[in-house]
Amino acid sequence: MNDTETRDLYTVVDDDNIAWLHVDRAGSSTNVLSAAVLEALYRELLELENRKPRGLVVLSDKKNGFIAGADVNEFTQLVEYDQALEAISRGQEVFDRLAALPFPTLALIHGFCLGGGLELALACRYRIARDDPGTRLGLPEVRLGIHPGFGGSARLVPLVGAVHAMDLMLSGRSISGRAAKRLGLVDYAVPERQLQAAARAVLLDPPFPHRPTRLQALTNHAWVRPWLARLFRHQVAKKARRDHYPAPYALIDLWQEHADDQRRMLHAEAESVARLITGPTAQNLIRVFRLQEKMKALGRGIDFRPLRVHVVGAGVMGGDIAAWCAARGLQVTLQDQSAERIAPAIKRAHRLFQRRFKRPRPVQEAMDRLMPDVRGLGVQHADVVIEAIFEDADAKRSLYAELEPRMRGDAVLATNTSSIPLEELRSGLATPSRLVGLHFFNPVAKMQLVEIVRDDATDAGVVGRATAFTRRIDRLPLPVASTPGFLVNRILMPYLLEAVELVHEGVPPAAVDSQAVAFGMPMGPIELADTVGLDICLHVGEILASHLGGEVPAHLRELVEQGRLGRKSGEGFYRYRKGRPVKPALPKGFHPADDITDRMILRLLNEVVACLREKVVDDAELLDGGMVFGTGFAPFRGGPLRHIETVGADTLYQRLRELEKRHGPRFKPDAGWEVLAGFTGDRQ
Amino acid sequence: MATQPNPLATGRPVYLIDGSRSPFLRARGKPGPFLASDLAFQAGRALLARQPFEPEHFDQVILGCVMGGPNEANIGRIVALRLGCGERVPAWTVQRNCASGLQALDCAAQDIASGRSELVLAGGTESMSHAPVLFGTAMVAWLGALNSARTPAARLKVLASFRPAMLKPVIGLLCGLTDPIVELNMGQTAEELAWQFDISREAMDAFALRSHQRLARAQKQGHLDEIETLYDSDGRYYESDDGLREDSSMDKLARLKPVFDRPFGKVTAGNSAQITDGAAWLVMASEEAVERYDLPVLARVVDTQWAALDPRRMGLGPVHAMAPILQRHGFDSGDIDVWEINEAFAAQVLACLRAWQDDDYCRQRLGLEGGFTPIDEDWLNVDGGGVSLGHPVGASGARIVLHAAKVLHREDKRRAMASLCIGGGQGGAMLLERVDA
Repeated sequence: MNDTETRDLYTVVDDDNIAWLHVDRAGSSTNVLSAAVLEALYRELLELENRKPRGLVVLSDKKNGFIAGADVNEFTQLVEYDQALEAISRGQEVFDRLAALPFPTLALIHGFCLGGGLELALACRYRIARDDPGTRLGLPEVRLGIHPGFGGSARLVPLVGAVHAMDLMLSGRSISGRAAKRLGLVDYAVPERQLQAAARAVLLDPPFPHRPTRLQALTNHAWVRPWLARLFRHQVAKKARRDHYPAPYALIDLWQEHADDQRRMLHAEAESVARLITGPTAQNLIRVFRLQEKMKALGRGIDFRPLRVHVVGAGVMGGDIAAWCAARGLQVTLQDQSAERIAPAIKRAHRLFQRRFKRPRPVQEAMDRLMPDVRGLGVQHADVVIEAIFEDADAKRSLYAELEPRMRGDAVLATNTSSIPLEELRSGLATPSRLVGLHFFNPVAKMQLVEIVRDDATDAGVVGRATAFTRRIDRLPLPVASTPGFLVNRILMPYLLEAVELVHEGVPPAAVDSQAVAFGMPMGPIELADTVGLDICLHVGEILASHLGGEVPAHLRELVEQGRLGRKSGEGFYRYRKGRPVKPALPKGFHPADDITDRMILRLLNEVVACLREKVVDDAELLDGGMVFGTGFAPFRGGPLRHIETVGADTLYQRLRELEKRHGPRFKPDAGWEVLAGFTGDRQ
Repeated sequence: MATQPNPLATGRPVYLIDGSRSPFLRARGKPGPFLASDLAFQAGRALLARQPFEPEHFDQVILGCVMGGPNEANIGRIVALRLGCGERVPAWTVQRNCASGLQALDCAAQDIASGRSELVLAGGTESMSHAPVLFGTAMVAWLGALNSARTPAARLKVLASFRPAMLKPVIGLLCGLTDPIVELNMGQTAEELAWQFDISREAMDAFALRSHQRLARAQKQGHLDEIETLYDSDGRYYESDDGLREDSSMDKLARLKPVFDRPFGKVTAGNSAQITDGAAWLVMASEEAVERYDLPVLARVVDTQWAALDPRRMGLGPVHAMAPILQRHGFDSGDIDVWEINEAFAAQVLACLRAWQDDDYCRQRLGLEGGFTPIDEDWLNVDGGGVSLGHPVGASGARIVLHAAKVLHREDKRRAMASLCIGGGQGGAMLLERVDA
């Protein structure tokens, strides 16, 4: 215990005989509940039982927060049900010990208090949270395909009632200290200056522990639960299908059956998590989580702290990139040819800030950081200049010729082009190596991925700075080669075009979309094409076809010629009413051909294999991250490569062959399949 | 009256470096899209973005404002922080009614001249459309009593004492534009001058029409490049002064009814300054700051003067403020190339022009030997004024100084005078001179 280098926690008893248990995981800037930390906590609790202090405060020494959750890396080692059950039960045992201590206990929470961290706090008698923007409490387990397992659901539901508790656990969202106080999740939310005083006051004169309101308590009544459970299932079904994401449904079942008996609910909770965590969905979601962590780590260690960004082009992409940067705390100047072009972007930015910050002053701060800049005053101060004008190489080149002489020598010059290779754009620059691609996805505030586009001529330092910038604005960088369509659009395009082809063959668009959604896509390809804009799809499709061969379906061109551009023009494949597609009911007795999904997905996978073979990404694993965070590719499948691995490259290769025979050469398997199929046996 | 020394004559030189303003937006009977602090912030941010120094380098920020909103106590500090001047730059707010903006510039000039400051951001802002509407005292007392009544019986008693008349609102803007000492609103002081100087309705309307025509010409020729576009959060933007009535004519003006002295008066909405929202800023610097940051000099602030007179004749304030300056420098009207006299009312500016050349007035009221030679109206308010583009009370002083300096460069002239009348019976004036002409 005395070894300060390796200890994960320690206790100090003060003059009032209050024990302060500091969690301070050795060798890490974040507290996570690894098995080792849990064991240390257990030993500490045993000691405290003997010492019998007047009260116990559990707090964290880490700057960033209380406890960020369980150790996700340890999750991946849980492959057998029994082994998982044992690990989870052990965690429950530790928290039960905490809950059973014969003196008042209090969790003093600041910063991140998530998953296992919040479950630990729930095992205390009282909770006090810091009232500031950085404090977030939540149970995000469902995002990893599981649900709380260390007694979280069993303790939260009786504390705040089922409606709030299930909302937190089913959505996985996190809430502020103040919101937690409103729910009754914490007893007080106080500013930092009152944290210690509040903890002391509560323990010196312990009040009655928090109880739910009568209405909250009623939500757990045996007669009410079946009705509420139906409601919860109905709401979850809008976002996730049971066959894709079993965890939220398991949680609802668990609550419905066992909420009367906390002991039994704890057991059932452990068993349910053990089942889920060893299943494919959780394992794939955990993989996606780790890919995300890997992408987050990409900009680390690069000494570049951008403060000012200048964006040229206030269209949908440029305007939204500028707004996002301002939301993330950067000083932003947004340039376009006239105030008229910039004003709509300012309106969209205001909507984003209101959704995000809610309170007026943070909204005002963000608005103040975003300066409309018709004269381009921001260029000379900017650390990063992002060009987001229309896709025309000449226009872009002449813009760079204006920008470059006014930019600081060390500033990053980035283009948001989605289709033009860097080598075509950099020719006029005095320092051609400074141009890099920062390819954002629409909508910027929702899609986490940014492709960092570079080629052999791009300066490595610039790539590093572009990567660090991407992390500074909390997006996920993916370095890709400057080849046509880069990674994500290139992979997506054959899938979209195949969907268009299916519609042309007479399959109703709604049927095509529902097949893709059933596979696990967040939105069907036809609706996606309408959303992106059919003119843009056509443009990108033509560029890709000109570089990579293949054909753009004539049907798409006809629609564009008729002015049916998708959502923005009110009609594309679907008609739009108030921005929502009107999907006609499928004809009675309609049965889609059984190869619809395969045709779309296999064309996508075929392109994945081609990209891998051509080394569009260096790190094959990150291709999965790119597709999940750039397109929403079925996260529970772990990404396209993981999907190939799960189904088997040989099987898919054979299937492509069959489709090639039936539908023509666009299904010709890429040469990369043979390599991949040969390796399948050895891969991980 | 005793001639004061020029407070700037003995100190260090004071320079105007650069400036900007918002478009002036006419109040349309409801709160406009911007608070006074929003106007000042948006007018200032591009100005600061184009300076070769950082906003933190200002020694202080001074903002004139007559009626800031309830959330804008010391609005100068609020705007300074929003503009990124940082925690360490002191900021304050000055109030001298219609000349609050000019007062801010004068304070800045004094501090630079005395050596206290090197670099100051000074200006004015006003959101007249956001002037508060208040409960009357009776209503406030009733609410207070209700709040402190403890027992249900006491509450009932207080409730019973409510009278609908207590709901009558107090219009803050009207109060602000009424002199509580002489009990005249500003329009009535203009009627007073029109009567004394025998100014006809036609003369007022002709003046008003000319103001609109001059603003229209200035807009067409792009002479108002000190304006920074405002953007609101609903996707609208405001590029120019919207009080301009291009279709204005003598006929149309003649049809308007008097609004202050009904029904026989002559001062109408058409020949008065408009109720308007707006803000204006100037960057002011010492010689040292000019050298340190290699700043361009727009003009030098040569002299300022404040004067006071009968509140009933507050409109003649400019005469009383400008005369001592000319006297000190031994100038007559011809030595000044460009004039800005704020147009609170057409009648009021016309009265100033008459008093300025009136031997009796100048002898009796100003202690001069006789009147000045007439001011050349071709060089007075050359691009319009309060009647056409509005008079956001806190901002106008800064606007006319900025614009006068701009006109000096555009027309290649040397000296400019900017002056305002001030509700309550005062006048303020500032003399500028180009250093490169």
